[in-house]
Amino acid sequence: MKAKVKSQRAKLKMQNAKCFLYLCLSVLICGSISVHAQNDGAEQNKTGRAGTFAIVGARIVTVSGATIENGTVVIKDGKIAAVGAGVAVPAGAEKIDGKGLSVFPGMIDASTNMGLAEITLGLAASVDLTEVGDMNADARAIKGIHPHSAHVNVTRVNGITTVLSAPTGGTISGQAAIINLNGSTPDEMAVIKDFGLVINFPSVAGGGGRGGGGGGRFGGPAIDFNQAVQRRDQAVEDLKKIFRNAEAYLRAKAAYARDKALPYPATDQKLEAMAPYIHGEKPIIFSAERERDIRAVAKFVGEMKVKGIIDGGQEAWKAADDLKKNNIPVVYTHIYSLPVREDDAYDYLFEAPSKMQAAGVKFCISTGNTGSEVRDLPYHAGIAGAFGLSKDDALKSVTLYAAEILGLGDKMGSIDVGKIANIVVADGNILESRTKIKYLFINGRLLPLTSRHTELFDSFKDRK
Amino acid sequence: MKKITVYFALLFLLLSSLRLPVAAQSKNSVLIKNATVMTAVKGTLESTDILVENGKITKIGKGLAAPAGANVIDATGKYVTPGIIDCHSHSMLDAINEGAFSVTSMTRTRDMLNPTDITIYRALAGGVTSANLLHGSANSIGGQNTTVKFKWGHPVEDYPIADAPPGIKFAMGENVRQTTQAPQPGRPLRYPRTRQGTIQTMRDAFVRARDYKQSWDDFKAGKTKVQPRTDLELQPLVEVLEGKRLVHCHGYRSDEHLNLMLLADEFGFKIATLQHGLEAYKIAPEIAKRGTGVSIFTDSWGYKLEAYDAIPYNAYILWKNGVNVSINSDSDERMRRLNLDAAKVEKYGGVPEQDALQMITLNPAKQLGIDKRTGSIEIGKDGDLVVWSDHPFSVFSRVETTLIEGEVYFDRKKDGQLRLDMAKERETLEKLDVNKAPATGGGPPRIPATTRQAERDDAEYGDGGHR
Repeated sequence: MKAKVKSQRAKLKMQNAKCFLYLCLSVLICGSISVHAQNDGAEQNKTGRAGTFAIVGARIVTVSGATIENGTVVIKDGKIAAVGAGVAVPAGAEKIDGKGLSVFPGMIDASTNMGLAEITLGLAASVDLTEVGDMNADARAIKGIHPHSAHVNVTRVNGITTVLSAPTGGTISGQAAIINLNGSTPDEMAVIKDFGLVINFPSVAGGGGRGGGGGGRFGGPAIDFNQAVQRRDQAVEDLKKIFRNAEAYLRAKAAYARDKALPYPATDQKLEAMAPYIHGEKPIIFSAERERDIRAVAKFVGEMKVKGIIDGGQEAWKAADDLKKNNIPVVYTHIYSLPVREDDAYDYLFEAPSKMQAAGVKFCISTGNTGSEVRDLPYHAGIAGAFGLSKDDALKSVTLYAAEILGLGDKMGSIDVGKIANIVVADGNILESRTKIKYLFINGRLLPLTSRHTELFDSFKDRK
Repeated sequence: MKKITVYFALLFLLLSSLRLPVAAQSKNSVLIKNATVMTAVKGTLESTDILVENGKITKIGKGLAAPAGANVIDATGKYVTPGIIDCHSHSMLDAINEGAFSVTSMTRTRDMLNPTDITIYRALAGGVTSANLLHGSANSIGGQNTTVKFKWGHPVEDYPIADAPPGIKFAMGENVRQTTQAPQPGRPLRYPRTRQGTIQTMRDAFVRARDYKQSWDDFKAGKTKVQPRTDLELQPLVEVLEGKRLVHCHGYRSDEHLNLMLLADEFGFKIATLQHGLEAYKIAPEIAKRGTGVSIFTDSWGYKLEAYDAIPYNAYILWKNGVNVSINSDSDERMRRLNLDAAKVEKYGGVPEQDALQMITLNPAKQLGIDKRTGSIEIGKDGDLVVWSDHPFSVFSRVETTLIEGEVYFDRKKDGQLRLDMAKERETLEKLDVNKAPATGGGPPRIPATTRQAERDDAEYGDGGHR
């Protein structure tokens, strides 16, 4: 026994580094098991069932057009097959009594990290948000999204059926995916696997990407404002260089394809991943908050001739001219944020959506949340509705407007024939926090209204 | 140097303009007319007036006459509720955690109050009138709390509620174990590091407090001749043992909170509130039996492992078991929308409207021992009132006016004027030489930091729910 211990010790000493690595790994694995163990069984029969359904006698809030006070919605083959007051129920359709209920399109959150992090604080093993390095264009969220995250069901039972899930960190974080909140594999969930490239645009005031360096906080020396602008400009130049490199790389590839006599260009996956983005084939999601930073994004988009979306957008309304000129919509994520400056009006961030609306900026409202609180999306829109935005626009800002910004305006975001049947049936306005969801369809599948929360509720509600 | 002085003088002017109260009528009477009054105890009264005189509600009824000189607020088509009470906040605190020791019962949040913290005004704009300002959760036994009313514009002495019983913060779980923070090289690990160690630290403190109390009892009874030394760490715990100080204990896992209640049973005192208590639904009968209150988030969850079993039905299960439940924010951001958190309780389980409203008014008042003076709309209580544009549980509702003891501390119309004045002032200041950009004269302006924020309870950083 003693000898065995001794030999083990010797071995340990020899492979000290390796063993430490194993130890770290085992800690990580144990951590993740404890989470997944709690998830076990929760995924059984949770993907619902397909069929032909007719919601009859309901109030239909189409969003795209007038609300139908007493109508029918038919769902067939995953799509909305018919909508209207005098629509006949097809033979064999499952009838759902919609009396006293309202039908809404499923809500869409265009800025989350759904499925990329289960528990952010203190459980690194469950977090897949940020890759190492500054330029990770080839990191694809769709390859990291955990389809069995407890956040998925918790979110969808509150009427959110589709989200954009984005990686974070560095300057070029990776590519965001758009997913429906149902499916056993990421591919089953995917609406658009690689929707957009996420860039933390260099800012002047520090935070968000490289080259910021406001200084003065955390004990660092305060720096001159002009110096901060210079640093930002340099960081933007560095970013442009990446775009130019990608372009040069792709030209070399194309040239080789035409003429095999040329030297073969070695494959660079990171630059390769930039291909759909450098000429505006697919959108780039730029995080930016302050007016000057948003204007800098607009300038970049104009100069580089790319397709841009602003994520965050606290002061986007102030840069409306630049945004409109460059066709840049805003995914606004700051209803649940405190105003940054002490002398900002208390409702500075509540009012921003209505100011964007008035200035003609295309926008939608998002939680900007990692995952667990994405289900609050309707209340973000509702609060904007209390501070200047019309109730109709508040609803559109989490349905049709979001769909349009995500390039899905013809596929979801309203109750129209031919659109994907992502549908929520509720006992009131879905933006209200007292409203209860009664039925939920994603891709035309009728889903159980269960989640980790209802399961725990059922386990403990009657304990004496 | 001179320029800098001018700059700071101007900055001070700007900041002090922020601090001005919205309306500085002192103890005058206020008549709120023709409102839908949600009393929080006696249902909702339509087309009703409320008269506040000398800070107290003196009349509730229809067609009340305004006394001479009364401030009359027309609330036709609007709703009135009691002022919201946040039973877990760190607003106003310039320091939150004294985490060097495991037991810091000698510290007081009262010493850290900053009456110019802008979050006070923002909370008023969300209808919050009172708050329990707690020490952080870095250690098993933290500091003494302060129960305040948000009398924005008043000197700091006016904030604490004089007759509120004293309390103290305890904490259990991940924050106390410090396992969510990366260990600092060269800094030894602090005891406790486990849940076993945490409860043992608490037991040790109470054993010492009991012994200390014994030494004083013996001295007072003449058994000993030498007066014991005053111990500022143990004195507050003796007050806990004597039932004179409320214990508010941060914690998540139900087994942990149960351990605390068992410890309290053993030492013969009662826990006032389980703070957070996100798993309290698992031990609702045990909590109900002891008459302990629970102060929760309605539906925040999953931000750390010990919050992974939190469910939005928590309030409902506790309520069904007869537990006094309050809904708190623990966040300067979330504090502004506690009305919507209360509304969610109707959705999850179906708590009736008035009971849901009580969770942000009367229930926290009871938990803090201030229910004799505030928490509901009743004759004789303080005129702590909120006028809402719509039903307070609607997302489309806005706070129009917030009053404390009949004095207006937030008014949306006046706020509109204030921001115009401030914009004008900003314009004037920006034109001054001293504030010109470096290229055109003047010194380099400092880059604004975000906001001068009260220190956060670091371990609770994620609780506000936004990234």
